[in-house]
Amino acid sequence: MIPVLQVENLAKHFQMHHLGQRLHAFDGINFTLHAGEFLLLRGPNGVGKSTLLRTLYRSYLPRAGHMWYHTTEGRIDLAVAADVDIALLRRREIGFVTQFLIARPRVAAEDIVAEPLRRAGIPAAEATEEARRWLAEFGVKRDLWRAYPTTFSGGEQQKVNLARALILPQRLLLLDEPTASLDAGARAALIRRLADLKAAGVAMIGVFHHPGDVAGLIDREIELTAQEVPEDVAV
Amino acid sequence: MTIATLTKPWQAFSYGFLDASAKRELRRKMLKAIAVPGCQMPYASREVPMARGWGTGGLQVTLTLLKPSSVVKVIDQGADDSVNAASIRSFLSKVSGAAETWDTLAATLIQSRHRIPEERLRADQVLVLQVPNPEPLRPVEPNMSVARQMHADADYGRLWLILYEQIVRSGRIMQGASYPALVNGRHVMTPSPIPRWDLPKLHMAQHLTFLSAGREKRLYAVPPFTRVEPLVFSDVPYKVEDHAALTCHRSGVAGYFMNEIPQDGGGSVFELSDSHLGIKAIRRRDGEDVALGATWYENGKMPR
Amino acid sequence: MTAALALRAPQLMTTPPLLTMTGVSRRYSDVVALDDVSAMVYPGEVLGIVGESGSGKSTLLRMMNLEDTPDAGDYRLALPGLPGNLFELDRFARRMLCATRIGIVYQNPHLGLLMKNSSSGNVAERLLIAGERSFAALRGRAREALNASEFPLERMDARPIELSGGMQQRVQLAKAIALEPALLLLDEPTTGLDVSVQALVLDTLKRLQRDRAITMVIVSHDLGVIRTMADRVMVMRRGRVVEQGLADQIFQDPQHDYTQQLVHAKL
Repeated sequence: MIPVLQVENLAKHFQMHHLGQRLHAFDGINFTLHAGEFLLLRGPNGVGKSTLLRTLYRSYLPRAGHMWYHTTEGRIDLAVAADVDIALLRRREIGFVTQFLIARPRVAAEDIVAEPLRRAGIPAAEATEEARRWLAEFGVKRDLWRAYPTTFSGGEQQKVNLARALILPQRLLLLDEPTASLDAGARAALIRRLADLKAAGVAMIGVFHHPGDVAGLIDREIELTAQEVPEDVAV
Repeated sequence: MTIATLTKPWQAFSYGFLDASAKRELRRKMLKAIAVPGCQMPYASREVPMARGWGTGGLQVTLTLLKPSSVVKVIDQGADDSVNAASIRSFLSKVSGAAETWDTLAATLIQSRHRIPEERLRADQVLVLQVPNPEPLRPVEPNMSVARQMHADADYGRLWLILYEQIVRSGRIMQGASYPALVNGRHVMTPSPIPRWDLPKLHMAQHLTFLSAGREKRLYAVPPFTRVEPLVFSDVPYKVEDHAALTCHRSGVAGYFMNEIPQDGGGSVFELSDSHLGIKAIRRRDGEDVALGATWYENGKMPR
Repeated sequence: MTAALALRAPQLMTTPPLLTMTGVSRRYSDVVALDDVSAMVYPGEVLGIVGESGSGKSTLLRMMNLEDTPDAGDYRLALPGLPGNLFELDRFARRMLCATRIGIVYQNPHLGLLMKNSSSGNVAERLLIAGERSFAALRGRAREALNASEFPLERMDARPIELSGGMQQRVQLAKAIALEPALLLLDEPTTGLDVSVQALVLDTLKRLQRDRAITMVIVSHDLGVIRTMADRVMVMRRGRVVEQGLADQIFQDPQHDYTQQLVHAKL
């Protein structure tokens, strides 16, 4: 069976020119992920779990190693793939879910959520209906659907963000503490959705504050060990 | 044999006032202008005994074309009897021995400021128009080098912008005189400050027209049977002045371009702008046997 | 590694780039403005170019708008009927290409607008160059373009000189998009505007990009503008490209010393 992602000897450090230093993040990361598998990244705070997720998403450039991603058109090494290929994969196949919404001014909540469907060619009416269903599922109040999320509270923004990130099944989903600060209802909806996506064959790699939330989904775990790692360099 | 027999008798000035080399240069430029209709040709504008801006460009072309058998008519805003028209006409006859006339039909060479006669010109007649500013692109492109490139590229879009702005600001096209026109489908020219009424007369005309600007040192031509099309929007037709229904209060003739004469009490009356056509019409009304030529406009309409 | 990464041929992206610039160099007497610069922009993409003043970013944009010819280099747009190096086009072909296929918004509206004409007339000018000769169509299409750039239509016949800076930029934008160009170039489009106005103009640009998937190249020294707008970022310094990458990568994990300074200075 062809895996979705094969990570070989992946390493990352940050070269801080102004300090004249290298800050080590991780190295020697190896794992293989198949469709429908859920991989949990564990480790104490600051150990580099989010850094690894961002490296897999190519927000960070790896120092060494390979991230073989298998597409229908063959395998591509995300570690060195062209920027436009990464952008293409992000649009079609690889999702990244954080607790932070990149809110855009003057776009209604339901349009933000419907956008991935619209981009996939689904007619507007249908996409909007589906978007509303997911907003309702995550517990966003009906009178907010047409409002602009820039003015929402953090919790409501996060729900909009989750609905958008999860509305369209992708092949690989990177989850960066999506349950943090969610209320119980939304958390339950999220876990239901993740379970459905997993059943549909979506491969997932996640970082969770309370891994117990997703205990039923986890297939494997990787334990990252503490090293001198700056968590959010230059952000 | 003496030297005297080999030389011409002394003259105060050359025939036709301009010296032979000046006329030769002008003739070359005029031929070029005919060859590329509507395209401005630079020439070395000479001194003539008249101030720049009073028709020196037209005068130089006329002087070059003069011959003893010419019959010259000079029009100043439709009239033959203004000081300016009379002075130029007598100067022309004095330096060339050409005959003078007021009658469009009798003239072989017509120099004009601001008007084209109402009577149709024939293939054996030449019209010379005095031009103050020969560059139609000047309002949109102050840099003349760039304007010349625009002519070369037939890049005339901005001229429609002038018309667009006029319609937006005033609800209609306000360009009264010097209405830009595309000549032979290639060069846009300004037809000198003739009214919109006169511009259609240049289209596929039988006569040759020269347009010459003395101060700006440019001349251009509309050869016989050449297309002259005013710039218009496809959905806003070209309109001439609303003079078709006006009647000349002196001659009783209607359907031509009129001058408005304000009256005491705020009203106004109209009289024919082409003054000699008016004179002939009055004479004919009074019983004289005077020939009125065929006119471009018929019953106030330009037949097409 | 970074440079090699940026130039790696795409494996999955099958659509060819809309814009390809290769080895462009330009020197003004003894000042090197561009030194062997190459760039690619894919259809629907927004490329951001950052760098301090004098880095060559505006010169590069002007090259893309064919306002200047480099000492060396090749420039292609994947558009029908444009086979060769665009730097070799004659003046007329350049002018037509720029008027019909490339839109540009300058930082200084005096460069891009006829200040004494009406705003709608400024937009109509583009259409006129492209050969539109119907007054009703000019009016309608000018209205449409102004509306798309979120210009208040009741002021469409005001002169740009009477308008605020933000409104002038909207007129420029309307003019630039009136002919639905294949490529939209933005040269510091919000520099010099109040912060609140700047946000509104960026918002309009963002919206246009989303609705029409216009390919854009945006030049700015303001990283905030680039971060808001760009999918990919090119960092320029002293006429050279020092780093390029996906926008989030450039901002979160800048590799080059200079880029790190820029990003840290911003934060």
